[in-house]
Amino acid sequence: MLHIINKSPLSSNTLESCLRVAEPGDILLTEDAVYAATSGNAFEVKLRAAMGRFKIYVLQPDLEARGFATKLIEGVSPVDHGGFVDLTISNSACQSWL
Amino acid sequence: MSAVKKFMFVNRKAPYGTIYALESLEVVLITAAFDQDVSLVFLDDGVYQLKKGQQTKGIEIKNFSPTFRALEGYDVEKLYVEKESMDARGLTAEDLLVDVTMLSSTEMGALMNEQDVVLSF
Repeated sequence: MLHIINKSPLSSNTLESCLRVAEPGDILLTEDAVYAATSGNAFEVKLRAAMGRFKIYVLQPDLEARGFATKLIEGVSPVDHGGFVDLTISNSACQSWL
Repeated sequence: MSAVKKFMFVNRKAPYGTIYALESLEVVLITAAFDQDVSLVFLDDGVYQLKKGQQTKGIEIKNFSPTFRALEGYDVEKLYVEKESMDARGLTAEDLLVDVTMLSSTEMGALMNEQDVVLSF
């Protein structure tokens, strides 16, 4: 399953809940969730710990908009909008966490 | 004309994900036009508003971050960030696109306590 998260990890527990509950699979960080994949963020340790169970993607245009294009954590894969569509196709289901 | 009041704008939201950051900036500019004593405070994800290098072409939303550098022209010169918020996000003063005063949580609380009006975004 593809899990889509769009909230900052430091202002919402959405990503934390996803990591706690979800079976291994793909996670796409969009909008304010991209901050979770930036080096030096307090959530970095938790994200790194989750990378064994989940493949983590980040929406590159959202990362660039926020000025963090050069601070992406190693091991997180940037995708463009086309890559976003590919993820929704390669997964049998998607869950957009609110 | 009534006396000048001390206005503080408390910004706690990241830019673009919600409209709060942009709306705050609009109200700041309005307040400045009335010659009030304006302070801008950035806490929690609000510090992200001041991050250098924002490129919004890919999300087709206006990049309003350069406006922070123009605030000086409106006599809005008091910008404060909380050090604890910066540390939690791996940010330093060099990551920001404008000069700010870095305060501890305690100092921030004291500054807040001096205000006549506090508006939260």
